[in-house]
Amino acid sequence: MRTIEVEQITQAIAKMCMDACYYLSEDVYDALVAAEKKEESALGKEIIGKLVDNADISKNEQRPICQDTGMTVVFMEVGQDVHLVGGSLEDAVNAGVAKGYTEGYLRKSVVAEPLFNRKNTTNNTPAILHTSIVPGDKVKIKLAPKGFGSENKSALKMLVPADGVEGLKKVVLDTVKTAGPNACPPMVIGVGVGGTMEKSTILAKKALLRSVNKRNDHPEYAKLEEELLEMVNKTGVGPQGLGGVITALAVNVEYFATHIAGLPVAVNINCHATRHAEVEL
Amino acid sequence: MAEVKRITTPLTKEMARSLKAGDSVLITGTIYSARDAAHKVMTEALERGEKLPVDFTNQIVYYLGPTPAKPGDPIGSAGPTTAGRMDKYTPQMIEQGLSGMIGKGYRSPEVVESMKKNSTVFMVAIGGAAALIAKTIKAYEVLAYPELGAEALAKLTVEDFPAIVAIDCDGNNYYEEGQKPYRKI
Repeated sequence: MRTIEVEQITQAIAKMCMDACYYLSEDVYDALVAAEKKEESALGKEIIGKLVDNADISKNEQRPICQDTGMTVVFMEVGQDVHLVGGSLEDAVNAGVAKGYTEGYLRKSVVAEPLFNRKNTTNNTPAILHTSIVPGDKVKIKLAPKGFGSENKSALKMLVPADGVEGLKKVVLDTVKTAGPNACPPMVIGVGVGGTMEKSTILAKKALLRSVNKRNDHPEYAKLEEELLEMVNKTGVGPQGLGGVITALAVNVEYFATHIAGLPVAVNINCHATRHAEVEL
Repeated sequence: MAEVKRITTPLTKEMARSLKAGDSVLITGTIYSARDAAHKVMTEALERGEKLPVDFTNQIVYYLGPTPAKPGDPIGSAGPTTAGRMDKYTPQMIEQGLSGMIGKGYRSPEVVESMKKNSTVFMVAIGGAAALIAKTIKAYEVLAYPELGAEALAKLTVEDFPAIVAIDCDGNNYYEEGQKPYRKI
């Protein structure tokens, strides 16, 4: 049994909030640089070039890449041989988010109640926390600030088995076309297929945490990711929706077992500022 | 690529009409920032017959909620937010004399009709280029609704703020024109 103070988690989360918002991860940065060369539209090329410049400024001056520093999504794998002490895990995560967003000059974009009052919580809490218990004595934290320009354009469809691969492709295509410029393309697209309704959406979110240059380990899903990327780049949406051949940088698909009667498909859209940070305690 | 047009605020209706879909523009002068919450509060005030805190005649509104400024800076990161969320309030705001709007994304047919009728232009800034855009903002002053935090109504002094005309006063839509040659599906 290994003991970890929850204060360590608070400190790690605070730093990850800032790092994720200031430093565009290398995989996305490299994908933007490659996309600038590949884009055929002159305006689209110029736009991607400016996104690269923006990432450079953010990195050099520790400024948020985007003013929408998001709602904070945390995936945490807790080893079953870990004993967390010093307080509640959830409180520790939220304390880290509050610290990171306050000390890092990040925007506080969370309201306490969605429908009637919509009062800002003023410290970006609560975070969305997904925990899982895994073998071992480590705590692995993945953090992704999620902007809502793109989150709002995400979709869930409960397809039936007969809809198959073509059905999934149509859901992705329709979602990307509807998203258009609102999702700040070039996008990164996370697809979750299988499971239950909620499982598919969590898979789609998890898919966004995978590097854009890494394909699914399963060869059929890896091929599907390539086909989906080629498909969405034929929509003409292009950088910022102003036309071009680069609508998305990557499509990442994650799957899970599902029911004999079902084929849930969730599409989680992310903008080019696909921010994520990772740490192991 | 279209020529770059330099414009200085206030943006007269005549100048607004001279801007065409696809034009790149650099804006210098004063613009105002407001987003969801400020639009809601302002249109509710109008419905009660009250005056707005700002005279929007020939002015430009930027759909923005910036990050907090670091010490010594006028503003934090400051890219555009999705304009479509303001569609419900926009015709009322256009009636107040707005000649320009800056944001990102598609607008509703009702907004485009109102833009054509009132000679108002919709421009887009690059979504997510928030640190880059902030370099062109020289001053930020909250004018009203400070309780809305990042969503407060504010006055911005800008120099060569970069934008692209997405929908002009005749309703020409550069999202449509720009995407068409590349659309294969």
